[in-house]
Amino acid sequence: MISGANADLGLDSQYGVEIAIQFKGEVLGHSVELQAEDDGCSAEGGQAAGQKIVSDPSIVGIIGTSCSGAGVPMSQVVSDAGYFMVSPSNTAPSLTDANQAWKPGYLRTAHNDKVQGAAMAEYAYSELGLTTAAAIHDGDPYTEGLANAFRESFEALGGTVVAFTAVNVGDTDMRPVLTSIANSAGGAPEFLFFPVFTAECAHLATQALEVAGLENTVRGAADGCFSAAAADAIGDASPGMVFSGPDLAYAGQTYQDFLAAYQENFGSAPLSVFHAHAFDAANLIFGCIETTAQQGSDGALLIGRQAMRDCMFATSGYAGITGSLTCNATGDCADPKIAVYEIQGGEYVNIWP
Amino acid sequence: MIDRAIERIKGLSFINGFLWLMRAAIIFVVVWGTIQTILHNPYSYRNWLDFIIFGIAQGSMYALIAIGYTLVYGVLKMINFAHSEFFMSGIFTATCVVAIPLAESGYMAAHPFISLTLVAVVTIGVSVLIALVTERVAYRPLRHSPRLMPLITAIGASFFWQYYFRGLFGSQVKPFPTIAALDGTISFLNTQVLKTHVLVVVVTIISLVALNFFITRTKAGMAIRSVAENKDVAALMGINVNRTISLTFATCAFMAGIAGVLYALVYHQVHFFMGFIPGIKAFTAAVLGGIGNIPGAAIGGLFLGLFESVGPSLFLQSLGIPAFNQLKDVIAFTLLVLILIFRPQGILGERLAEKKA
Repeated sequence: MISGANADLGLDSQYGVEIAIQFKGEVLGHSVELQAEDDGCSAEGGQAAGQKIVSDPSIVGIIGTSCSGAGVPMSQVVSDAGYFMVSPSNTAPSLTDANQAWKPGYLRTAHNDKVQGAAMAEYAYSELGLTTAAAIHDGDPYTEGLANAFRESFEALGGTVVAFTAVNVGDTDMRPVLTSIANSAGGAPEFLFFPVFTAECAHLATQALEVAGLENTVRGAADGCFSAAAADAIGDASPGMVFSGPDLAYAGQTYQDFLAAYQENFGSAPLSVFHAHAFDAANLIFGCIETTAQQGSDGALLIGRQAMRDCMFATSGYAGITGSLTCNATGDCADPKIAVYEIQGGEYVNIWP
Repeated sequence: MIDRAIERIKGLSFINGFLWLMRAAIIFVVVWGTIQTILHNPYSYRNWLDFIIFGIAQGSMYALIAIGYTLVYGVLKMINFAHSEFFMSGIFTATCVVAIPLAESGYMAAHPFISLTLVAVVTIGVSVLIALVTERVAYRPLRHSPRLMPLITAIGASFFWQYYFRGLFGSQVKPFPTIAALDGTISFLNTQVLKTHVLVVVVTIISLVALNFFITRTKAGMAIRSVAENKDVAALMGINVNRTISLTFATCAFMAGIAGVLYALVYHQVHFFMGFIPGIKAFTAAVLGGIGNIPGAAIGGLFLGLFESVGPSLFLQSLGIPAFNQLKDVIAFTLLVLILIFRPQGILGERLAEKKA
């Protein structure tokens, strides 16, 4: 879980897990205890939280991390120790690519950003009819992966990416980079995609309106900038901006019960978009505990780590809130459905498909 | 002649030779990149002017914060790493306690300038209060300890205030409301300049002139300078050293508070960690200008802001470097290294009081 400007992302997932525990009650007669760690959305934090968790033998399953950047080192620590982790919100393509960052103990219920990037490209090119675009990332694996996925899909559709650049996490003055983009060799882009996190996303969203040449450019962000806090921070700059994220129009009674429980326990509508993925991740773990655990003679449950890991990877056709989950060999379990949203009156409203 | 040159090159140690190569390489990249950019200029005159204005506005904020590092260094010979929290605490509090409620009640839209004054008063008040408390609790008891101790304490104080304010107002980004009267642009030299940028530059100039007057022309300023010169002698001359040092911290925090208000007006968002990066940059600016030197801090801040804004497009873009804008910090810090190689004392040199023997 995470603190800082992106805390909503982590809290939303944590609440999802808490509701899953509440709905489940007990697993094989034992209560479930949630231990939350804070990685601050950084690689160092992921490393530290991973070390702390694997040193505790009573932990059966790990749900996390929130940020892909923290997921990369943590999946190494967790896999080396023989555990597994299921991330409800890591979406960077590299995390489930065996040639890149994938480690044998890593799974996720979040969608792979190859899907999200393609959806955003499809929306900009086919739905809005825009043919030139630019993308900005911040060097984090999630943002870079998503920006790249968008570029590949947009070019495959026949569009032109006139600029592909990056800012730093913590930058506040985005006007120079935006001025450069407005003066790219291919002309000012009609669509500007910046799948970065809340603070930088809000700066880009507001300052793009003030840069000559970008007045009519459609601004697009992604699920890293999809939270109540982000909508607040973008404020008056939200008209004309679109956001991609998981399609939250889930069918089924479970999600309605889930939303009611969320409102009752935490006093608000969901803070971000990965609560359902966290709920499903927790239920996958409960299911595997029930399948693999053996009753010890003194009443304690014996849960084998390798057996748990094998069981998780064997998930097939599990009916969760987010769809029918089937894990492939490199840990992608999601049934990805992406939608595009805009902010109307401070709320994210689904506009496509 | 050539023999002598070869002789000299042979005499260089490996490290020195490497350093010379580095300097030559940096200067080559800068010159080559600049020539390339001028040859295939991708920007109009208006764009370059925009870059310069963005840089001056950003640099003005660095300058106001840098004053704090330089003054405290001049007086106490310590780097006050908690200064970035003086900057954060004021505006973060004012945004949560004053600006957001006023904007929600509609008062801010009706009376923008009264509201803004209120925000500024609360910001500066909180910044000064935090500075005085930090000085009294964390620095004064350690004034006669070895110099590393106050430095570590400063880092500790910085973390303490960050998490204290996170506890008070939460960890989320808070939006600073837009003030309609300051929204939009005005025409200037054929280009459109944001009103907030004009405000930043004007307020910075007024603040720096006033500060200079305060330090050089008033009794309190003279006391600050004499304590910077020599605390013991100043005490013998009847100056209350403790009170003067508190006054120095209050002055620094006052400037940081002004910078905080300007920051919120330009960037429209505040959070508990917002001081960290501007703090590092302003510290760099203070070193760049010559730490301990007030005009130096102002010039260092402007320089840094300008190079961050103009540098990537001027030096790097034409060299075909991908994501060149991400390298603006590299440019800023390379500039620092270059200046410190050729002028170790900074652009204007160390001089609040004349240097000690």
